Amino acid sequence: MRPAGRGETDSLYFDYPCFDAPEKARGATLSEPTPVAIVGAGPVGMTAALALAREGIRSVLFDNKSTFNDGSRAICVARESFYILERLGAVAPFVEKALGWTTGRSFYRGQQILEFNMPDGPSEKFRPMYNIQQQYIELYLWQAVSDSDLIETRWQSEVIGVRNTSDGAILTIRDTNGTYTIAADWLLAADGARSPVRGMLGRRLAGENHEGRYVIADVQMNHDYPTIRRALFDPACRPGGTVLIHRQPDNIWRIDYQLTENEDADEATREDVVRRNVEAVLSEIGHDGPWELEWWSIYSANTLALDDYRDGRVFFIGDSAHIVPIFGVRGLNNGLADAQNIAWKLGWVMRGKAGTDLLDSYSPERRGATLDVFENATKSARFMTPPSHGWRVMRDAALSLALDHDFAGRLANPRQMTPYTYGESPVVCPDDPAFENGPEPGKVIPEARLQQGYLSDHLGPGFNVICFGADLAQELEDRLAAEDDIRVLSLPARSEAAHVFGAARTAAYLVRPDRHVAARWHQARATSVITAYRKATCNNGAEA
Amino acid sequence: MTPTELESVYEALATTIDQVGESKTELFLAKLTLLLAERVGDTPTVLRSIRDSARSL
Repeated sequence: MRPAGRGETDSLYFDYPCFDAPEKARGATLSEPTPVAIVGAGPVGMTAALALAREGIRSVLFDNKSTFNDGSRAICVARESFYILERLGAVAPFVEKALGWTTGRSFYRGQQILEFNMPDGPSEKFRPMYNIQQQYIELYLWQAVSDSDLIETRWQSEVIGVRNTSDGAILTIRDTNGTYTIAADWLLAADGARSPVRGMLGRRLAGENHEGRYVIADVQMNHDYPTIRRALFDPACRPGGTVLIHRQPDNIWRIDYQLTENEDADEATREDVVRRNVEAVLSEIGHDGPWELEWWSIYSANTLALDDYRDGRVFFIGDSAHIVPIFGVRGLNNGLADAQNIAWKLGWVMRGKAGTDLLDSYSPERRGATLDVFENATKSARFMTPPSHGWRVMRDAALSLALDHDFAGRLANPRQMTPYTYGESPVVCPDDPAFENGPEPGKVIPEARLQQGYLSDHLGPGFNVICFGADLAQELEDRLAAEDDIRVLSLPARSEAAHVFGAARTAAYLVRPDRHVAARWHQARATSVITAYRKATCNNGAEA
Repeated sequence: MTPTELESVYEALATTIDQVGESKTELFLAKLTLLLAERVGDTPTVLRSIRDSARSL
C-alpha cells in the first residue's frame, strides 16, 4: 500500500517500467509450442528462465502484470543466492547496489542483549547477507532476461487454464488481445503464494499458520546506523511486541512491527495509523528528523508447503510450493534455490546429458530444504511471536535473563544462516566415514581462496571433480568421455581448499552444477568417481 | 546437600517470590530454571526435573 494520492507503483525512489502485452499482429505465432513455459516473471521465474538459458534451453515467461512487483517485499538475499546469480552472469549489479551485512543486534526493553555475527572472512567471496529491495532484484534479473535470445517474456498475459498431458502441459492464456493455447514440454509454476496454476491443478498447501501479524513499512530517511539488523523485543513504543529494522539502499529503512491481538488488521494498515506507529518506532531508535512513508503491507507467519513439488509435467518453484515465515529470510532465497535446482536438472535431461529420473530428485531435495527451513523458522517465529502462554513465559524469561547473562541471548538468534543439505536425495551418495571434516554429500561446498581469487572462480559450468593430487586428476582426464560435462580440478594438497574440505592428497569431491556435493572419497579411485557421476546424472545404464 | 542447606534454599525462594510479587513470580521462576539449568549443565537431569516437577500439581 502507498500513501494517499500515490498509485500502487508510485515510488519515492524507483521508476517502475510498463510492459505491453504481445502485439496483436503476432496472432497465431503465440501458440507455437515451447520447450518450457514459466508462469510468473517474478524473481524466481526469471531466475529459472536464466538458469535454463544457461543450459541452452528456450523458455517463455508469462506474467499477468504489466510491471514488477509493487513494494520492496523480500529484501534479504543470502550468500548462496549470490552464487546462484553469479552463475547466471547477473550478479554484478547486485554486488554494486546491495548492502552487505554480517551482524544482528537484539534489544530487550531498550537494552542490547545479543550481537550475533554470521560467518564471514577473507576466504569468503560474498557477504553472508545483503539487503536490497525486491524491485531492484527484479530489475537486474529483467536486464539479464531481456538480453537473452532464449527467453521470451509475455507481460499482461494471464494463465487461465492448465492441464497435464502425457508428454507436456497445455496452457490457456488470456491477454489484452484475446485468448490462445500453447503447448509446453515442461511447465514451471513460479506464480507465487496464491498460485493460480496450483489452484487449477487442484493442489493445496498444507502446514501451520503461526500466531502474530506484522505490518511491514518502508520509510525514506537520513538515519545514521550501519547495515545491522535490529530486533527490538518489548520496546517502549510497542509493549509486549517485536520490531525489526533493516537498512536498504537509497536511504530506505524497513520497519516490521508486530500487531497485538487487539489490533484490527484493517485499522492497523490505515495510513494515519501506520504513520503513528512508525513514528513511535523511529522515536525509540532516536530518529527525530524528517522521514517519508514509501510503502507498507501486512504479513502473518505461515509454514505451508505442497506434499510434492511435481505434478506430472509441472514443477512448482518458489512461493507456489512453499510459504515460510519472514524471520528466517528464506522465502526468496529458497525460491531462487528451487529455480536453480530444477533448471539445471531440466536442462541436463532435455539435452540428453542426464536420465529423466533426475527430475524426481527435485521435490525430495527442495522440499527437504523447506522442511529444514520450517524447523528453524518455527523456532524463530515462536521466539518473535510466542504462540501461547508457555512460550511467552519462557521467551520473556530468556530475554530478561539475557540482560545479565550472554548464554540466554543466544536463544534469540534468528538462525538465518543455518545451511540445508540434500542428504536424503536419491542422487546423492552416502558419505565416506573416513572424513573428519569438510562438507558431506548433499551440502554446498565452502569457499576458499585460490591463487589470486576464489575456488568458485575455477569451477566449470557442469559437474566438477575436485582432486588434491595430480595422479588422480590425470587418470580421470584420461577416462572421462568427451560428452561428459565435467571439469577436473587439481588443487594443491597443501592449500586452503584442502583444509576446508578436510582433504588429503588422495581425496576427491564430486560437485554438481549447483555446487552441492554429490559424493566424496577419502581414498578416491577414478572408477568410483565416474560411477558416482553416472548415478548423480541418472545415467545408470552407461558403464564407467 | 544437607537438610540445613536445602532449608536455606527453600527460605531464599519463599522470600524472593514475595519480594518480586505475585505478578512476576512466574517470570522469576522461569528465569531461575533457565539459569540453574545452564549452571548445572546436565541436560538429562534438568529435563527429568522438569517432568518430575509437573507431577502431582
